[in-house]
Amino acid sequence: MADVIFWVIAGITVLSAFIVVLNKNLIHSAVALLFTFFGVAGLYAFLWADFMAGAQVMIYIGGILVLIMFGIMLTNKIQSVNISHSSMQKNAGAVVVVAILGLLIWMIQKTPWKITTAEEPIQTTGQIGNLLMSEYLLPFEVASILLLAALIGAAMLSRKTK
Amino acid sequence: MGSLHNYLMIASVLFSLGIFAVMTRRNGIAVLMGVELILNAANLNFIAFARFGGMNISGHIFALFVIIMAAAEAAVALAIIINLYNNFKSVNVDEARQLKQ
Repeated sequence: MADVIFWVIAGITVLSAFIVVLNKNLIHSAVALLFTFFGVAGLYAFLWADFMAGAQVMIYIGGILVLIMFGIMLTNKIQSVNISHSSMQKNAGAVVVVAILGLLIWMIQKTPWKITTAEEPIQTTGQIGNLLMSEYLLPFEVASILLLAALIGAAMLSRKTK
Repeated sequence: MGSLHNYLMIASVLFSLGIFAVMTRRNGIAVLMGVELILNAANLNFIAFARFGGMNISGHIFALFVIIMAAAEAAVALAIIINLYNNFKSVNVDEARQLKQ
């Protein structure tokens, strides 16, 4: 049963990623990206990362995807029915990408991965919180400064100059 | 329920599709979507190695920082794209060749 669910989620993730990349309509690409993010969140849940699955849903789907939708709506005229966009150099790009993918898959198959067996944690949120407040305190604070800088920078960039 | 190989395969497919979008799309927002796909692939690798490779919770925290960075990057990138639209009336990245008009 869990096997079937895993493969269904993996299939949704990969198929909607293909739609994101190949669809001509920008809105369709954005909606397909929603399913990709949901699929990745499901894969996180399979990897015992419950907090990361929640963060993925809240930040990627609730934040970044809404931002992307706003970007699409602000940079296209509402009247234009088909918000289409084209690709260029598709064949050359496909050759390069297939080469990269082949190299990666060859590397994955060849490498003797060292797999450790660990106990399934009951929940990871408490451990993540403890580590963020002890070992990773400095990166945590730097991340807040990064977010503040991004906030001010984005507001300044998109402001109308008088 | 999937070994390390399955997760690495899915992540490499997502990564390749993201590279394809970054290389071939003309619309700036579609390029941004490709970047998001690449970051998701990297995150999936982090979490997979946290589960199978003994990185444990440190892998989760690294992935969390990648998500934070992706949020900041998306905000700034969309501000730049909207500025591009205001100046050139188009968001095609191959048409934006001048630093000023």
